[in-house]
Amino acid sequence: MSTPTQFDDAALRDLIACPRCDLLHRSHRVADGCVGRCKRCHTPLIMPRAQAIPRIIALSLTVLILLVGALYFPFLELNAGGFSNSASLLDAATAFNHGLLIPLSGAVAAFMVLLPAVRVASLVYALVPLLFHQPPARYSAYALRLANRLRPWAMAEIFIIGVVVALVKIVDLADVTPGPAFWAFSVMVIILVLNDTYMCRWTLWNALTARR
Amino acid sequence: MERLDGPPLTARRAGLVACTQCTRVQRPAKNCERCAAPLHAREYMGLQRVWAWLTVGLLLYIPANTYPMLLTSTLGSTSASTILGGVVELVQYGSYFIALIVFVASVAIPVMKFAVIAYLALSLKQMVPISAHQRLVLFEVVEFIGRWSMIDVFVVAILSALVQLGFVATVNPGPAAACFALSVVFTMLSAQSFDPRLIWDASEETPEK
Repeated sequence: MSTPTQFDDAALRDLIACPRCDLLHRSHRVADGCVGRCKRCHTPLIMPRAQAIPRIIALSLTVLILLVGALYFPFLELNAGGFSNSASLLDAATAFNHGLLIPLSGAVAAFMVLLPAVRVASLVYALVPLLFHQPPARYSAYALRLANRLRPWAMAEIFIIGVVVALVKIVDLADVTPGPAFWAFSVMVIILVLNDTYMCRWTLWNALTARR
Repeated sequence: MERLDGPPLTARRAGLVACTQCTRVQRPAKNCERCAAPLHAREYMGLQRVWAWLTVGLLLYIPANTYPMLLTSTLGSTSASTILGGVVELVQYGSYFIALIVFVASVAIPVMKFAVIAYLALSLKQMVPISAHQRLVLFEVVEFIGRWSMIDVFVVAILSALVQLGFVATVNPGPAAACFALSVVFTMLSAQSFDPRLIWDASEETPEK
């Protein structure tokens, strides 16, 4: 049951609807670091942070650099009874290497490396022009939407917890030494989590549209 | 945030649509005027997708538990362990905490997810004793926690990559790893297909009529 709309174009721009319960609110600027919540279901609607765009770009670039290091250096080294074996991040991804399990290797590689990388790269692509007060690049709306959609599928932080569980499982049976890639990846996960705290969809999309 | 004057007004009742991707409120159209995502006032068809993904996820959870997850061979003898078998082994070794993590991530969370998603989907048609607020909390818990089930797949990946010491000890992944990963992915898709705005529609209409 819908009544004809009583909002003109200017009034429409001021509105914000809760994505969880659809309640309409009149938006107004929220101070940096504060959170504007839905009046009915308390879902955060607006949560701007000071200098969000330069910070997201800086953190995203850091993630990309750390990821290159994490892929290149040895990840873990195992020693047991005079035998040793070292595994890189890609070895972990390609551990499912026979028969019906091969597609799983692709999925694991995507979850832990590829999708986090695509996410931060598309954030950089969409936001860098705004930093230099330029009009947004072509497909920047698509890039920002992609970064948002991929969020649940980028599982770097889950992977690192999985590594810890695996280590505890075998620590009694063998000596395991974390390599440089392990530390690079762990720092990368912390930065990814930090990066997400600067992501306010309402603010980012308004910034992207304001300059078009 | 400021509430509009008058009784609670949703975007749909105002004849408007809010984009779920970029949050812009606009007049109904096929695609969002700002980010070009498909616009839906409500995902009615989404409910069918919720049930479809949930069923496939549930079906795959059966082989994920009956087939072995890990194939371990030490000094020529090979043993296979299922998810639950792995938990039991950990308890026998005395690693209670890790056993608990694996049990929660691979058994408790998936089973709870199936139950909660089905409950939420049913609650749109039936009267349920818990409020819309509480159902939204349930939904957010399921949405947040669902991806963490993937831990076990990553554990298998790490162990199989690392423990490759030839005759002394090797660990290889079993077929359950693929079934389990697919089950997690399908349950995540099921949760993502659920439109939480439907919860509130039902609670708005019931008291008035």
